[in-house]
Amino acid sequence: MNEKDLRRVAAARDRIARVLTAATMFAYFGFILLVAWGKPLLGHLLTSGLSLGMLLGSLVIVLSWVFTGIYVSWANRHYDVHVERLAGKSKRGGGT
Amino acid sequence: MNGVQTSLGATSGTAIAFFLVFISATLAITGWAARKTKTTSEFFAAGGNVSGLQNGFALAGDYMSAASFLGIAGLVATSGFDGLIYSVGWLVGWPVVTFLIAEPLRNLGKYTFADVVAYRLKKKPVRIAAAIGGLTVICFYLIAQMVGAGNLIKMMFGLQYETALLIVGTVMLLYVLFGGMIATTWVQIVKAVLLLGGATLLALLSLVPFGMNPLALFAKAAETYGPEVLAPGKLVSSPLEAVSLGLALMFGTAGLPHILMRFYTVPDAKAARSSVFYATGFIGFFYLVTFILGFGASVHVGRAAITSVDKGGNMAALLLAEAVGGRPFLGFISAVAFATILAVVAGLTLSGAAALAHDLWVGVIRHGQADEKEQLKVARVATIVLALMAMGLGLLFKGQNVAFMVGLAFAVAASSNFPVLLLSITWRKFTTRGAVSAIVAGVVSALVLIWMSPTIQVDLLKNPTAMLSLKNPGIITVPLSFVVGIVVSLLFPEPEAEAKYAEVERRMHLGAEDAEPAPAE
Repeated sequence: MNEKDLRRVAAARDRIARVLTAATMFAYFGFILLVAWGKPLLGHLLTSGLSLGMLLGSLVIVLSWVFTGIYVSWANRHYDVHVERLAGKSKRGGGT
Repeated sequence: MNGVQTSLGATSGTAIAFFLVFISATLAITGWAARKTKTTSEFFAAGGNVSGLQNGFALAGDYMSAASFLGIAGLVATSGFDGLIYSVGWLVGWPVVTFLIAEPLRNLGKYTFADVVAYRLKKKPVRIAAAIGGLTVICFYLIAQMVGAGNLIKMMFGLQYETALLIVGTVMLLYVLFGGMIATTWVQIVKAVLLLGGATLLALLSLVPFGMNPLALFAKAAETYGPEVLAPGKLVSSPLEAVSLGLALMFGTAGLPHILMRFYTVPDAKAARSSVFYATGFIGFFYLVTFILGFGASVHVGRAAITSVDKGGNMAALLLAEAVGGRPFLGFISAVAFATILAVVAGLTLSGAAALAHDLWVGVIRHGQADEKEQLKVARVATIVLALMAMGLGLLFKGQNVAFMVGLAFAVAASSNFPVLLLSITWRKFTTRGAVSAIVAGVVSALVLIWMSPTIQVDLLKNPTAMLSLKNPGIITVPLSFVVGIVVSLLFPEPEAEAKYAEVERRMHLGAEDAEPAPAE
């Protein structure tokens, strides 16, 4: 019963960790491949002093932080609650 | 600014004053930390008493090296957009650390990442292999930092290269030897605050003539040097090269021993998690500011003036400080750059000492049986050995172009430490042989491929061509290490290790309390 709960919590964390890692890799390698393949496109000026490449590069930096924030807030709100419940349960069960 | 009128390199009173203030403050911290450093846990992990926010600053302090501050600003100043490619690459490793590494590491280990890999595998071979992976990364990183330190200090303060090495080595040794992780953490925090504050102030000052609008500054740079400064340039030549560099940067961060070690300084997984969030924010902000500094230098100082002082453009941020804030501000920023070098070298040395003392001496030679007194003594001897080694390597590589060694350190970290760490926490069937062969394959292939690359063959040895056209081996070595680890594990199963995975999984999520006594205390 306890094992099953743990497995479920672990699976939920794995899932969100995988999705967010994939999202970060997608954003970063997308940017890097554009740098390699789409130089003229990235050099396109959106407004005076700002090229598309600069916007996208900065966006990857900001997004990385936002993804990290999404994970932290998810873990603080959901994961920790389950972990505390499981840890508390097993402590009493283990007689420590 | 026209011409090269700079007081850079002249012995500047303000620089020395700021520098002395920093040294005295950090040595005072070291004295305070020394009184609190009585156990191995305090020496290597600050007793697990560092808060999430403090560790966030300290992680940022460990990571924001003078190479990234001065190097990226210089790259942006001399070639524009391309500097951003490095900034982005160096940042995207942090989310990976957050999602995959930080919390399991905190819950499964004690002082080094080898603790986690060795948890359910055969201790000795795994610790030896992981220590080799870790120490290889630390050595290359140290060489790059020490040679950089010698050159920079020579340029900033007009000191002899050897004198500069001696000062950096000695001060760093004092921090680590007496204050251990507590002093190192606080040195990182002070440095991170100074560097973030100094860089921000410098960026703001360089934006004043442009109505505080960065876009106006970028537009002025494009007007002066042509619109191509805002577009990708020569740095990334082919998609293969781009992805290869990207892999090493992205996964290298998650394999740097001095970064991984910081997660043991916080009380629990929750604090580990929040500390990476803070660190990612600080570092991301810092890289965006550095981009402004690079363009600021190209506009306020001028490219010709920057490259006439240093061909690589490394003095761009410092010249900018003098141009917009005068000599006192140059003194301040120079002292900050010096503090940056010191702090990074201290962090590296401490993590190297942990690999030598905790993994090799206690784990392998003493079979895990060593009393507290002996552990602490060995840790301190290891620190002295590493500090001497750092100074020796600095002397040995004097005058060499060692910029590629940071890339090499990231490549080795991404293709040895990161794969085994990830496989050991996520894959039930991972075995001792798998771990050892993955590390060996990663370290050896990364070293050999970099040896064959244009970076060594053409740039360093001046051969007409290289055996391999790839500059960064990541695209070959990172998958290779994973494949070797997986195939060897499947060929030679280790039922005992597989059976212990349930315990790993439990402890990874629930923490140490109900599996074994907590490592700290």
